[in-house]
Amino acid sequence: MAVMSPRQWALTAVVLAIMLALPLVLPAFWLSGILGRSLVYGIVALSLTFLASYGGFISLAQTMIAGVAGYTVAILAPTAIPASSSALSYWLAMPAALVAATVAGGVIGLIAVRTRDIYLLMITLALAVGFSLFAQSNIDWFNGYEGIRNILGPDIFGYPFRTHLVFYYVSLTVAALLYLLVLYVVRTPFGLTLQGIRDNPRRVSALGFDVALHRVAAFALAGFIAGCGGVLITFYNIGITPSSIGMTATVNVLVMSVIGGLGHPIGAFIGAVIFSLMDTFAATVYDRNRFNTLIGLVFLVIVLVSPDGVLGFGKRLLFWRKPKAREEQTGTH
Amino acid sequence: MTLQYMITVTLNGLTLAALYFIVASGFSLIFGLMRTVNMAHGSLYLIGAYVGFSVFDPLYASSATYDYAWYIAVVAGVAAAAVAGVIMQVVFLGWMQGQELRQALVTIGLSIIVADQLLAIYGGNPFQFFAPDLLFGPTLVPVIGRYSTFRLFQIGLALAVGIGLWVLLNKTRLGIMVRAGVDDRQMLAACGINVPLVSVAVFALGAGLAGLGGVIGATAQPVALGVDVKFLLTSLVVVIVGGMGSIGGTAIGAILIGVAEQWGQALFPTYSVILTFAIMVAVLAIRPQGILGRTG
Repeated sequence: MAVMSPRQWALTAVVLAIMLALPLVLPAFWLSGILGRSLVYGIVALSLTFLASYGGFISLAQTMIAGVAGYTVAILAPTAIPASSSALSYWLAMPAALVAATVAGGVIGLIAVRTRDIYLLMITLALAVGFSLFAQSNIDWFNGYEGIRNILGPDIFGYPFRTHLVFYYVSLTVAALLYLLVLYVVRTPFGLTLQGIRDNPRRVSALGFDVALHRVAAFALAGFIAGCGGVLITFYNIGITPSSIGMTATVNVLVMSVIGGLGHPIGAFIGAVIFSLMDTFAATVYDRNRFNTLIGLVFLVIVLVSPDGVLGFGKRLLFWRKPKAREEQTGTH
Repeated sequence: MTLQYMITVTLNGLTLAALYFIVASGFSLIFGLMRTVNMAHGSLYLIGAYVGFSVFDPLYASSATYDYAWYIAVVAGVAAAAVAGVIMQVVFLGWMQGQELRQALVTIGLSIIVADQLLAIYGGNPFQFFAPDLLFGPTLVPVIGRYSTFRLFQIGLALAVGIGLWVLLNKTRLGIMVRAGVDDRQMLAACGINVPLVSVAVFALGAGLAGLGGVIGATAQPVALGVDVKFLLTSLVVVIVGGMGSIGGTAIGAILIGVAEQWGQALFPTYSVILTFAIMVAVLAIRPQGILGRTG
């Protein structure tokens, strides 16, 4: 099964080209405040969409894993306030953070490996909120409630990381590479087995595959993806606090993924853009302090009306116009 | 470490466990029958606390109604949460029965909205109920001396709730329906029972228990922002540890988590959260269905 048709590949290339050219026309605020932000949070949402779409796991631990990466890079960062005794250069801190996130993803996978569906949702949520509470109460490593500040990121070709253009292009590159990585992985034997497990774990197990191992590996890969997002988010926020990985942040990533649509990895980024736009412009639509009510309502409407998100809604609109195309597609299965 | 200290910490743990049990038993009850993971359970707790307080405050201020303000607040809090629960079940959840993940997502959406609207209506200031005179102040307890009467009352109330639920589930017609529904909803419906109506009743009961927990919890400790998340989290952990849909399991889970939390805070304050999750992970590794949970 091809993940994307040639037409969709062409569309992807066009979108990427437009994204590359956008800095020519957009003001700096849009680059970092909307697009850059959508990209970095979209990466975390991508890890959730990957697990949900191809593994059938709705994991709420992805923000927590991003937090593990963020805290690792913050603790090891040379510019951190409060300064840490274990400061390294950013070029060592970032790989360490990604390793930590991958391991954390694997551990979450191990904990959750024997459970599915709704239990998985509950267990991962409990772990996520627990980690944030732990970070909040622990001073030795996490500096408690205040978190760790002044995480500026490395210089890229002599430019500070937080220069608008540098941040935008690095985020875009990382996001695009991870997106393509997901599309590649799901076509490998590993990815196909994973989808088999999603549809019928017993049958795949009977074929001789190690179901548990595949699940843990999927969580580790999702951990790596979330870790990349977590490092970039920490640079974007110039630091990390327990509340930035708490319940609200966890739910926000879920909201992005669900609004965009859990059916395809691109949904994560669509959802993240919609979320950022709403977050930024909610004040002009509705009471500025009631953003949460607005996002909650949008989320609720999406779940009630179109559980497969904007993506699914768009697809249905398309197929509603062309009922024949739908028949053809269902015919091939 | 003296014996007195050890007993006090354990007693603190048990009183906390009592509150956890009241809230989590409602969560477990709803899950047991409907397989609905109610992510808005913490919001129902908040609704109980806030509505209870808005009834309590004026009554407490006037000398004529001062004596029974708290009792009316309990009734109001329970009723408000139960009504909110019924609305949730009837408007949103009932018609998507069986789609567990979608139901969980709907309740997450509702919890975001409820928390934000409560903040808009009541503001973010912490508040606390004053216990009625009967339950106010200390009681003499052997060995440890003076101990908060209200906290002891919490344990008594949790026992009453536990026994009440046991009687309801095991000795009444509704209880028979609920237990049959847990095993096989379709057969229950085929027997001519109005299952959606039973579901609404169970949802009202479960939500009412969250509301009761809200008023009791807000009497023991002030309500501040984030309390809904804390009680949702606690309910999750308690039923994961104890076993879904089992009242006995919920009691065991609540005692384990409550006592572990207090002992953790007494022994290693900045790492105490880890203890709670270590228990959860250990239980999941050995018995994924929870201590008293059934497989399948």
